[in-house]
Amino acid sequence: MEMPTPNSAILGRKALIVARLRAVLPGDAVVDDPAETRAYECDALSAYRCPPLCAVLPRTTAEVAAVLRICHDLGVPVVPRGAGTSLSGGALPTADCVLLGVARLNAVLEVSYPDRFIRVQAGRTNLSVTGAIEADGFFYAPDPSSQLACAIAGNIAMNSGGAHCLKYGVTTNNLLGVTLVLMDGTVVEIGGPHLDAPGLDLLGLICGSEGQLGVVTEATLRILPKPEGARPVVIGFDANAVAGACVADIIKAGILPVAIEFMDRPCIRATEAFAHPGYPDCEALLIVEVEGAPAEIDDQLARIAEIARRHHPVELRESRSDEESRRIWLGRKSAFGAMGQINDYICLDGVIPVPSLAQVLARIAAMATAAGLAVANVFHAGDGNLHPLILYDASQPDELARAEALGAAILTLCVEVGGCLTGEHGVGVEKRDLMAVQFAAADLAAQMAVKDVFDPGWLLNPAKVFPLALSAGRRAA
Amino acid sequence: MRPASEAELVEAVRGATGPLRIVGGGTRTIGRGVAGAVLETAGLAGIRGFDPGALTLVVGAGTALAEVEAVLAREGQRLPFEVPDLRGLLGRSGISTLGGVVAANAAGPRRVQAGACRDSLIGVRFVDGAGNLVKSGGRVMKNVTGLDLVKLLAGSHGTLGVISEVAFKLRPAPEAVATLVLAGLDDAAAVAAMARALGAPYEVSGAAHWPGQGTFLRIEGFATSVAYRAGRLRERLGGEIEDGGARWAGIRDVVPFHGRAGDVWRLSVRPSDAPGIVARAGAEAALYDWGGGLVWLLLAEGVDLRARLGAMAGHATLMRASAATLARIAAFQPEPAPLVALAAGLRDRFDPRRILNPGVMA
Repeated sequence: MEMPTPNSAILGRKALIVARLRAVLPGDAVVDDPAETRAYECDALSAYRCPPLCAVLPRTTAEVAAVLRICHDLGVPVVPRGAGTSLSGGALPTADCVLLGVARLNAVLEVSYPDRFIRVQAGRTNLSVTGAIEADGFFYAPDPSSQLACAIAGNIAMNSGGAHCLKYGVTTNNLLGVTLVLMDGTVVEIGGPHLDAPGLDLLGLICGSEGQLGVVTEATLRILPKPEGARPVVIGFDANAVAGACVADIIKAGILPVAIEFMDRPCIRATEAFAHPGYPDCEALLIVEVEGAPAEIDDQLARIAEIARRHHPVELRESRSDEESRRIWLGRKSAFGAMGQINDYICLDGVIPVPSLAQVLARIAAMATAAGLAVANVFHAGDGNLHPLILYDASQPDELARAEALGAAILTLCVEVGGCLTGEHGVGVEKRDLMAVQFAAADLAAQMAVKDVFDPGWLLNPAKVFPLALSAGRRAA
Repeated sequence: MRPASEAELVEAVRGATGPLRIVGGGTRTIGRGVAGAVLETAGLAGIRGFDPGALTLVVGAGTALAEVEAVLAREGQRLPFEVPDLRGLLGRSGISTLGGVVAANAAGPRRVQAGACRDSLIGVRFVDGAGNLVKSGGRVMKNVTGLDLVKLLAGSHGTLGVISEVAFKLRPAPEAVATLVLAGLDDAAAVAAMARALGAPYEVSGAAHWPGQGTFLRIEGFATSVAYRAGRLRERLGGEIEDGGARWAGIRDVVPFHGRAGDVWRLSVRPSDAPGIVARAGAEAALYDWGGGLVWLLLAEGVDLRARLGAMAGHATLMRASAATLARIAAFQPEPAPLVALAAGLRDRFDPRRILNPGVMA
C-alpha cells in the first residue's frame, strides 16, 4: 500500500504549527513528542503505521473549529480519528498531518424519550450510548463488533452496521442530525430531532463519508425501546450451499429475524477451541435470532425450525436459557479473536447478493487453495455481507503481500457477482485502489466533486477512499 | 422528449439547449413550475431484478408504482416506506413512477418504523446536468463503498440528475394488521399517548391523530404477535382494537383535506413540539402522523406559515398553493447560509448549466 510522500515544507514548519495549535487549546490537548504521537500511528488495520506530525485532543466543537481554521490557514492536512478501531485504515495518519482525535468529546448532551432521540458528543463510544439509556428501557441499534471501544464519530464516518442491522438498519438509518465542522472552521447544524431534510439530504451524504467532508462533533441519534426478549437458534448443515438456501427460505417465508449469522467449518472449529460456545462440528452454522415476548419468540422459532428441517440440518438447537444465548453469541463475537490465536489475518468486508452465497464461497475456497492460504468465513448472511478472514504469517516476507492479493481478488469477485467492496468497514486506504473495479470514471468523478464542494483544498483525511492517481492533482492543489 | 434507454437519456440531456422539466408520472411534483422542455422518464420502465430471497428489487425509474406493488405482493413482500398517493391532495392525475417516488423521498405512516424512501433506497443510476451517466450504491442491502450519492439523489426533486434506475431493499408483507383506536383525546394528550406507544416494545408501525376522529396506532406482523401486542397496548392506553389497517391509506394520502380549498403545508417537527405548533398555526384543519413528527396543515390561501410560526426545530414545506402564492412563498424551507452555500456548490457540480428542474427547490 502506497502513501504519498509527506510535504517537506509542512514537516519543516512543525514548530510553528504546534505553537499555533497550543495558542487555542489547553496544554494537554496538543501532543507533539514523537514518543507520544506514536500512540496514534495506526488504527485496527495495524499492518500500516505512520506517526502524525502532531495530535490534538479537543473537548468542544469550538476547539475543533479553532484547530481546523488554523490547519486551513496553514494548508496542513487533517486526519480525524474516533477511537481508532477502523479496519480499513480510515484513521491512518500521514507524516505531515495533524491527527484530530475526538475521544474527549464524550458527553451526553440531551435525552428525550417522548421524542426518542439522544444527542451526544461524537467521541462517545457506541456501547456507552446505549449504556446511558438502557436503564430506562431504550437502546441505540447499530452494534458493530467493536462497540465497546468504537466511537459514534467513527460509526458515522464509516456508516457502521453490526449483527442486528438486518432488522434495524445501519448508522445512516439511525442518525437524525450532526454538528459538523467544515475544513475552514465553519460550524454547521444538519438535521436534528425531526425527520428528513428540508432541502438536499446533506446528512445522508455526511454519513459514510469517511472524514472526507468535515469533522462531526455532535450527533442526534434515534433510540428505540428494547424488545421484551431475544433468543437465538443454532442450526448446523453439512454444506454451505444448504445453509445458504435455508437463509433464502427463511426470508421468503416473511420472517425478518433480527440477525442471521453464518460461520463456516474453519471458523466454527477455531471458535469452538477458543471460546467453547458448544457449536456442532459441521460445514456451516447459522445463528438466527428473533425478538419479542416469549410466546412470540416460540412462534417465530417454530416457523424457522420448520423451514430448517426441510434442509435436513445436522443439528438444530434453540437456546433454552439466557446463559446459553450468551454463550452462543460469545462464540460469534469472539470469532475474530479466535482466528487471531491461529495466525495473523486480514478481515474482508465484501457484500454479495444473497442468492450467490454458495457459489461465491466455493470460489473463495478454490482461490485460497490456489494461493496457498487459509480462509475462514464468518458473516451476516441475511444481508450478504461477507467477512472472509485470510490467514497469513506476518513473519514470512511475502505472506502479507500474497494475502492482500487474494483479498483483492475476493473483493473483485464480490463486485463481479453484483455486490460491492465494503458493507460496513469503509474504503479507507485498504480498498482505495480497488474503487475502479466497482465504479466507472464518471461515478468516481461525481463523488470527488462532492469533496470539492466541502473541502476544496483536499486537506481532510487525504489519500483515502479515492485511488491515489485520481486524487493526485487535487491533493497537490 | 421520452427517452427509451439510458443512452437516449444521455443524448437528451447533452443536447438540451435550455431548461428541462423532468416528469415521472407528475403525481407528486411540488414547488414553482418549470418553463422548459418536458423530459419524461416513463420510457425507462421495467423490472430489472426482483429477488425475494434477498429482499431486493431493481427497476427502471419510469416503472409504475402500481405495477411494482402488484409484483411484490405476489411474493408476499412490499416497499417498506408506504408510498403516499398524493393525487387526491394535490389535484393530479397520472401514474406514479418509482423515479418520482425517489425524487420526492416519499414516505407514509410506516416512516416511524421503517424509515423514508431514502432508507430503503440501495442504488441509483442517473444522468447529471452535463449528461454524464453516474451510478451510486448497487443492488445489495449493505454498501458503504464511496460517498453515498444515493441519499443525495433521494429527495432532490429532479434537480441534480435525471434518475434512470433505482434499487430498493424490501420487507415482508405482514400476515396480520390491527389498529388500536383511542377516542376523545385532545392534540396534546394524543401526542403523549403516541409517544408512550412508540416508546413501548410493541413495534408500532403507524401512529396518527386525526383531530375529532381519533388517535390510531397500528401493529403489523404474524397473527399471534399482532394479537398479543395490540392487547398489551390497549392495557396501557385503553381504546378499542380494530382488525385490519384499512383506515391507514386515508391517513397516508391525507384524505381529510381532499376537496377542501386552501394551502396545504407539510411540517416535519420534533413530535412533542407538534401540538404547540398547530395551536400557533391558526390552521383550518390538521392531521398528525409519525407520532406527531409529521403534521399536515390546511391553511387559508397565501398565509406565510413560517413567518407566523417563527423559529422552530424542523421544517415546513408548502405542498399545494396557487402559482401566485408560490411566487411569494418558497415551497421548501429556507436554510442557513452555510447549508445554502453547500447546496449551491453541489448544484454547480451536478448541474453546471442549471437546466434540471431549475428553481424547483428554491
